[in-house]
Amino acid sequence: MQIYKEKSERHVLTLTVDNEAGTLARIAGMFTARGYNIDSLTVADVTEDRSTSRITIVTNGPPAMIEQIIAQCERLIPVHKVTDLTEEGPHVERELALVKVTGSGDNRIEAIRLADIYRARVIDATTKSFIFEITGSPEKIDTFLTLMREVGFVEVGRTGVAALMRGSEPT
Amino acid sequence: MSAKSGAEILLKSLLDQGVDTVFGYPGGAVLPIYDALFKHPKIKHILVRHEAGAAHAAEGYARSTGKPGVVLVTSGPGATNAVTGIADAFMDSIPLVVITGQVPSTLIGSDAFQEADTVGITRHCTKHNYLVKDPNELASVMKEAFFIATHGRPGPVVIDIPKDVQVAQPDTDTPQRKAHARCNIPHEADIHDITKAVELLAGANAPILYTGGGIINSGPAASKALIELAELCNAPVTSTLMGLGSLPSDDPKWLGMLGMHGTYEANMAMNQCDVMLCLGARFDDRVTGRLDAFSPNSYKIHVDIDRSSINKTVRVDLPIVADVGKAIEQMVKVWKGRKLKAANLDKWWDSIEGWRDVKCLKYRDNKQEIMPQYAIERLYEATKEYNPIITTEVGQHQMWAAQHFHFHKPNKWLTSGGLGTMGYGLPAAIGAQIGNPDALVIDIAGEASIQMNIQELGTASQYRLPIKIFIINNQWMGMVRQWQELTFKSRFSESYSDSLPDFVRLAEAYGWKGMVIDHPDNLDDGIAEMIAHKGPVIVDCRVTKNANCFPMIPSGAAHTEMLLDSSAVTGEMDDEAKALV
Ligand SMILES: Cc1ncc(C[n+]2csc(CCOP(=O)(O)OP(=O)(O)O)c2C)c(N)n1
Ligand SMILES: [Mg+2]
Repeated sequence: MQIYKEKSERHVLTLTVDNEAGTLARIAGMFTARGYNIDSLTVADVTEDRSTSRITIVTNGPPAMIEQIIAQCERLIPVHKVTDLTEEGPHVERELALVKVTGSGDNRIEAIRLADIYRARVIDATTKSFIFEITGSPEKIDTFLTLMREVGFVEVGRTGVAALMRGSEPT
Repeated sequence: MSAKSGAEILLKSLLDQGVDTVFGYPGGAVLPIYDALFKHPKIKHILVRHEAGAAHAAEGYARSTGKPGVVLVTSGPGATNAVTGIADAFMDSIPLVVITGQVPSTLIGSDAFQEADTVGITRHCTKHNYLVKDPNELASVMKEAFFIATHGRPGPVVIDIPKDVQVAQPDTDTPQRKAHARCNIPHEADIHDITKAVELLAGANAPILYTGGGIINSGPAASKALIELAELCNAPVTSTLMGLGSLPSDDPKWLGMLGMHGTYEANMAMNQCDVMLCLGARFDDRVTGRLDAFSPNSYKIHVDIDRSSINKTVRVDLPIVADVGKAIEQMVKVWKGRKLKAANLDKWWDSIEGWRDVKCLKYRDNKQEIMPQYAIERLYEATKEYNPIITTEVGQHQMWAAQHFHFHKPNKWLTSGGLGTMGYGLPAAIGAQIGNPDALVIDIAGEASIQMNIQELGTASQYRLPIKIFIINNQWMGMVRQWQELTFKSRFSESYSDSLPDFVRLAEAYGWKGMVIDHPDNLDDGIAEMIAHKGPVIVDCRVTKNANCFPMIPSGAAHTEMLLDSSAVTGEMDDEAKALV
């Protein structure tokens, strides 16, 4: 008996769901129960009457598993639409992170300079610390964090990915 | 303000849905509903003896009538007791609406008396579930729940109703939302796909129809259409455990069940076919055996109402998401419209006859002791004219029943397939008898399984249900013993059915008739006596102890690696066979 390890792919899915109690638990629980991965998950209501939420899930797995994930999501009653942005074509992904760094002297100056290059804003400052706010693709944030680790990184809070299709059409 | 309380709205909703029977058990958190029920003579309440029994009874009712089964239980232990039946219905796609009481909404989350997180516990074993906190939502939720349970791929829906919501008098007692807006129902199959499937079938040299429980769920018309399609294309037909009865077993194209305890001819034909048309089955591991060896050279067409069943375990070439009955009807129409003729399948049928000649279901002749297979064969012969409804428990007897009892119509075979729940058969028989008062309903049981919901004997007594329980008593948890024999060198750890009750006296204690049959010569007379008795009967049929169920594809083996060795009733299997297990 062999265990094949198929190559994983990263996919960004967006789900249009009813904004009601338990929807998130249903989806997250289904991922756990069936052994699927969640790299990040964001959720917020997106309609004026607050009846509908959009969930963005970044997942990874072999293509067959991604296909199953989509089908299993669609099977849930409060889920109306699942779009695989990675398959659908060009899309934009953004994530926000808050990054706390402490330090003095050169480190402090270097942190500010890097933040400037990465277009991170200072949203809190003490004589010993900064909190930066940075928005961008997950990779950009990863790179920024790598740099910050060299100049006094303390902690980070990340929102997870929000994503939309490019162009004029709705997702 | 509506003059009706939540509990009254609930009952009105049931009546609106055409419900006349509810299987339940009262308790603190559902007292308002039971009080409303007290005044509603139109809805018949069947008082079970344990909530698992209520859920299984509702399953039996649903499976045998095609209508959704309704369950009513209290909060906490009432709900948790029902979970096994809910999970069972989920696995086998049985439409249930399960109403659970909940502590008052003001107490939820406070670890109140008999509080359990019912929606949390049942979230992943229901098709959908609700906690109704707003009494104005109740009518809408009830309507939607029935819609969801019965449309698309059927399944159980739980509605958890806090006690204060049952008492409250909301503004509205009628549904405010459209129920079906939220439910994805597949459209008719694409005619191009149907046409392509039909062309492939017509051009095949070795076609096979692999059918499943979806055909039963689709309704009797689907079985009729299947018979017609099989006739047109002259293809052999096999079925999963859940699909038995969709094709009459006396049809010459019937190969018997496939899979782990399926027939040699069915499994060989699956392995060798060139076009496989899967109709409402889901390539379960008990059916496919080792996946990389599963039907290696066939073009696979899969019709299923649930898109997530497609490409889940086996990649198929032509997926069709549709109600299987409608899809078969479309295929028949296209076939006839085009005046197609089946290819010459003589060679294929010759191979099949060769496999049939193996006589894989034969078993050792025994004049002294009753062979379990023989008992089921005689039971079939004696009862077939009554077109009985058969339920089973889980174990060897279940597989022997699937192999040796034969079905001619859908909705006559009720068994726990996906979950494999011991204790299913007796309550399911109760539900089936309630739904079919004139039918002969027999639970083919094991002596171990029957004890799992034995308390339901009282339910049958109370409602004068003339159920027959036919216990294949081998004094072992036979299926466990068989696996231990094949896999663990016959180290029979805890699989002996010790301290069995005297089933005759047990029957009598509940007002049933009890009988023992313990010799092959008495079998036919005993069965006749069982049938002739107007009331409920337990037959303790003492069979030989060590019979094993063959054929068998050991788990993880290919269809072609089937063990046929029915002479290994007590003996030792050879090393090669052992290695396969
Ligand atoms: C609730 C539950 N517990 C345990 C099992 C595992 N199991 C499967 S078959 C079996 C033995 C059944 O024995 P019996 O009812 O006597 O049937 P037999 O196999 O002897 O015909 C057991 C314990 C199960 N299927 N369901
Ligand atoms: Mg037994």
